[in-house]
Formats: sequence, C-alpha cells, structure tokens
Amino acid sequence: MGRGGCFADCYDAAMLGAITLLLVFQLIGEALVLLVGLPVPGAVVGMGFLFVALVLRGEAPAWLRNTCQELLSHLSLLFVPAGVGVMLHFKRLGAEWLPIAVALVASTVITIAVAALVMKWLRR
Amino acid sequence: MSGKFTEIWVYLSATPLLGLTVTLLAYQAAFWLYRKAGMHPLANPVAISVSVLVALLWFTDTPYATYFEGAQFVHFLLGPATVALAVPLYANLDTLKKNLLPLGGALLAGSLTAAVSAVGIGWLLGASRETLLSLAPKSVTTPIAMGVAEKLGGLPSLTAVLVVSTGILGAVLARGTLNLLRIDDHAVRGFAVGVAAHGIGTARAFQVSETMGAFAGLAMGLNGLATAFLFPLLAGVLRGA
Repeated sequence: MGRGGCFADCYDAAMLGAITLLLVFQLIGEALVLLVGLPVPGAVVGMGFLFVALVLRGEAPAWLRNTCQELLSHLSLLFVPAGVGVMLHFKRLGAEWLPIAVALVASTVITIAVAALVMKWLRR
Repeated sequence: MSGKFTEIWVYLSATPLLGLTVTLLAYQAAFWLYRKAGMHPLANPVAISVSVLVALLWFTDTPYATYFEGAQFVHFLLGPATVALAVPLYANLDTLKKNLLPLGGALLAGSLTAAVSAVGIGWLLGASRETLLSLAPKSVTTPIAMGVAEKLGGLPSLTAVLVVSTGILGAVLARGTLNLLRIDDHAVRGFAVGVAAHGIGTARAFQVSETMGAFAGLAMGLNGLATAFLFPLLAGVLRGA
C-alpha cells in the first residue's frame, strides 16, 4: 500500500493508520510505565516496543515509513513551544547566564568531539 | 475601529487557535529564511522562530501559559515522534549489528561526557543546584530530558529550554568542530551530532546528507534510551554525594 498508483484517500488512510499505530504504541508505553512504575518516559518504552515489533515482523511497511519520515522531517518544529518557555526563566538565566552559557557551549563541543573520536578510534 | 480591533484581539488571544497558528507561521518564515541563507548553521530555524515568538508575546503582553494552550498541540507531537524513531532505528539494524562496539562505545562516552562536562563546568562557575540538575539531561530529546530532570529534582521547564539551546548550539557548532578534528566520514559526523544535539542536530544532519541524518537519528534514539534508563540510577549516586 505505497504512495505510487494509489488514490489520495488511500494515502490519507495509510497516514491515519500510521499515526494511530504510533499513538497506540505510546499509550501502551505510558500505561506500562504507570503500571510498573518505570523511571522512563512512556514514549521511550513505546519506541522500544515498536522497534521489537518491527524486528519480529521482519520489515517496516511503506505506509509506516512514509508517515514517520514526514513526522521526523519536521522534528525541529516540535521543539519550538518548549523553546519559547525561555521567557519563564529570564530571571534565573539573567542571574546564572555565565555558568549556563559556558556549560552549554563547552559541553556541546566536547561531547561532539568525544563521541566522534571514540567512534572513529573503535572503528579501526 | 481600534475598539473593534481590541475586541477581536481579546477574543482571539484567548483561544488555542492563535498560539498554534503563530507557531506554524513563525517556523515556516524561519525555515524560509534558513533556506535563503543557504542552510547556514547560524540561521537555525528553531532559534529564529523562538526569538520571534518570544518578542511577539513580550510586545503583546501575552503570558506563556496562554500561548501554550495553542502550542501544546505541536508540543504533544514530540511523543509520537519519539515512538516514530523506532523506524529509522530499525532501518539501520544491519549497521547497528555490524558496528555494535564503535556505536556502543561512542554512545556511552558521548552520553556521559555530555552530562558530566555540563554539570562539572556549571558547578565550577557557581550554578545553583536546581540549574545543575536541570543541565544534566540536556543532550537528549525534550520529552525524555524533561522526564529525567523531574526524576533528578531539576526543573523540567528549564530543562526544556536548555535542551533546545543545546540542540541549536550543536547544529551551529558541529561543522566547525568536526572539520577541526578532520573527521569526514558522514556516519561518524552524524552519530556525534545526534548524541550531543538530539532532534535539532538530527534535523540539521538530514539536511546535509541522508547517511548523516540516519546516523544522527540512530544516536538520538539510542541516547534517549540510554539516558532514560541510566540517569535515574546515577541520580541515586548524585543524591548520595
């Protein structure tokens, strides 16, 4: 049930199905986290379950791949509302701007460097 | 005329429609600018749209809570998007199996470096305890980081801001850092960006190349899993200290 040779409503139904599937997996994850008291967000458990389901099934169907690709290609948009929350913390950021700024910039550069060098070294 | 305008504004600013619409408009305008700038890392679309929206809310005297009533619909999608990461993760199953040691090593080293260096530097420069605990999970994607910050005793909403800032910084600084280290393998470049700068870094990586994006997505997903499971364990150690 791919995109090619398919009417518009067929593709829409595929997208609807994929979004429903993602929500069902998230819901299972959230429920399990509450039930067992896991220290992990429900969506992460949902991701784990979907991953296992795909491994067991042996392939990721095209309709699921298309929707996930679409959703993930707009990933940076999804961070905007949380980013605007910066306005709630102007006071703290004003008081602690130096440690926060240095920690963020230095730690980000160091992390990129360490991860890249370790991976390059272990790949030899 | 202006009385009527005020009336309409008062009505609309209280509905979720406005917050949601301005978020989408600001992001698309920012993305258009980013394209115009030849996808230069400094023209990061998240940074631009957040600045525009903060200025807008500031000038119209709109509280964040009112804005978020509309923006929450976008924010909500972070959950299904996290689940959706299973798909690129599965698509890279073969690579994952063949490179278990290099990927696992880079993941552990990067994940620990991100938390330890941020908390260590913040502590040396005198940041408060709450800020330090909010800084620890800053390299993983927002929903995971906010959950972890809550477990650690930090401020989830501050963590969200630090996560987004980290992502923007990673997207901006990755090219220079990796060029300086003479790392030109796109698999390694992508993985490093994904470990350090989660979804915003991954979005940037996908714009550079498919391979870089796939490895960044892989790193983001694995780092999310590792952090969600490892940090609450480390939290006990942190609390003891």
